[in-house]
Amino acid sequence: MKLDLRLPIGLMFAIFGVMLTLYGLASDPAIYARSLGINVNLWWGLVLLVFGLVMLGFALRAQRARGASSSVPTPRSGPE
Amino acid sequence: MQHIDLSAIDRAILVVYFAFVLGIGWALRRFVKSSEDFFLSGRSIPAWIAGLAFISANLGAQEVIGMGASGAKYGMMTSHFYWLGAIPAMVFVGIFMMPFYYGSRARSVPEYLKLRFDEKTRGFNAITFAVMTVFSSGISMYALAKLLELILGWNFHTSVILSAAIVLAYIFLGGLTSAIYNEVLQFFLIVMGFLPLVLLGLKDVGGWDGLTAKLNTVATNAGYAPGAWSSSWRHLDAASSNPMGVEWFGLVMGLGFVLSFGYWCTDFLVVQRAMAADSMSAARRTPLLAAIPKMLFPALVILPGMIAIAMHGTGGGLLPLESDGTPNYNLAVPVMLGHYLPSGLLGLGLTALMASFMSGMAGNVTAFNAVWTYDIYQSHIRPGQSDQHYLRMGQLATVFGILLSVLAAYAATRFNNILDMLQLVFAFVNAPLFATFLLGMFWRCTTGHGAFYGLLVGTAAAAVHHGLVLPHGATPGLKGAFFGTVLHTYPSEMAQNFWTAIFAWSACFVATIVISLATRRNKSDDELKGLVYALTPRLTDHEIVWYKRPATLAVLVLGLTLVLNVIFW
Repeated sequence: MKLDLRLPIGLMFAIFGVMLTLYGLASDPAIYARSLGINVNLWWGLVLLVFGLVMLGFALRAQRARGASSSVPTPRSGPE
Repeated sequence: MQHIDLSAIDRAILVVYFAFVLGIGWALRRFVKSSEDFFLSGRSIPAWIAGLAFISANLGAQEVIGMGASGAKYGMMTSHFYWLGAIPAMVFVGIFMMPFYYGSRARSVPEYLKLRFDEKTRGFNAITFAVMTVFSSGISMYALAKLLELILGWNFHTSVILSAAIVLAYIFLGGLTSAIYNEVLQFFLIVMGFLPLVLLGLKDVGGWDGLTAKLNTVATNAGYAPGAWSSSWRHLDAASSNPMGVEWFGLVMGLGFVLSFGYWCTDFLVVQRAMAADSMSAARRTPLLAAIPKMLFPALVILPGMIAIAMHGTGGGLLPLESDGTPNYNLAVPVMLGHYLPSGLLGLGLTALMASFMSGMAGNVTAFNAVWTYDIYQSHIRPGQSDQHYLRMGQLATVFGILLSVLAAYAATRFNNILDMLQLVFAFVNAPLFATFLLGMFWRCTTGHGAFYGLLVGTAAAAVHHGLVLPHGATPGLKGAFFGTVLHTYPSEMAQNFWTAIFAWSACFVATIVISLATRRNKSDDELKGLVYALTPRLTDHEIVWYKRPATLAVLVLGLTLVLNVIFW
């Protein structure tokens, strides 16, 4: 892969997660009347944060694995 | 309609998203060295990324807004677009058609037609496809700008120019890879942005049971049996017993067979994503892997529309009304966003909405520049140039493709009828195309003349059928019956479209066979190796782990789809 796509996906959702979680903690509870009284920013922010971190984790693990085996060139699967 | 106000956090989310979109294009620019890198991602995309891009490229305006609108207007029957139409077609393209697309090394769908038939068939397909992509991308842009104007009060021109500039920038830099990577990003954004809306909406109406109860009221108020809005198959015995106005045969043949297979199997916009995969088995797995999230999409895009009409129909008065008193179904999803999401998540939801429009645009533009450069420019205008020449032409084509889309978007603001008419003509061209491919891939005696004139006959049959019938309550003209006489009146526009497709396909199928039998074959068996089923060595999957084999995936996907059909029967 040219650029591990999980890196930008993970990063973007982690940033969204932090933004929404913090906003959920700081915002006026009155705005949650429309979302049935649930602080959706806080909860969904945490979901996004976890999703982002999992994606980042996979990307970093793959990068470390590539770094370890970089001395052995991996055969590129060509077209059949 | 009252505008939704955005707060600082909503704008911040939008800005972060745009930064990532452009950043991906920038990071990928150094990988674009040849025309194949630009148009086909150098055939190096892993199956899961190609698969998500495969559905995301199609996830444009028509899907998010259109399926929400249909969910409100027709209820659960809208799921047939997925569980009867898209999924079986995606399995078919992965198992049976991808070996020929990927194996022939064709760089585009029109180029396959050139290899299999002849230049005129390719030219016909290339030109109609190029025009169609420009207009689809223009319509996407127009719809986005119109929507932002309506719900946020944003300036129409600013929206058009901003969305065009962003899409242009990231495709120009990174070509198809950039479009595909961004489509995957958009896929996750759409899922994550719409899921909270669906969950909140479902909780509000009292879960699936509460929703069904409310939809029963909607159905009885409209004069149908109670379950008409909440079951997918039960009310298909007659066209008059469901809001879509179709009976099971028209639905299965028209939507399930001709329209869905025609779109997913022959439209270069989606096939291009699979062609970019890094191996034959990855290319075959692309549509199969794509089918798994695709079959869950009704929950994401149809359900909000159904919740909206349930709330609207049981005293909520949620949806704004059209001038004739019917609810404005197209606003179902945007209205739901504003109704449930507080600032913060609202920004995420709107960003997801914009992402879906932009991925639709980008998909069309990348398909356009490949078809323009390979099938029109390289084969008819300037053949035999260096690869760098065609790479530069592709980048240039991206610029003028987007400029033409902007023009189309402005044309849509002034001549709504012209665009409607063009879409009609494309429907006429596309419906018979699947017959051409089916015969081309599975019958070696299909000739170039047979394919070309068969397509023309099919297109003409579509036009003639449309010109002699009318949907209920419409006036003769663009909606049908332009020949002056009305032979048959369909209960709805959708039923009329399904039957137009059935007639067009059958006419093309029969005409292609007859003409092929009457004309001499222009390709020998040897030339057709790898292009026709009977002349291609069977692919064996024994070297692949069993759970990665296309056949295993296909069985899994079809089984799950069957279960979904039964649950929501």
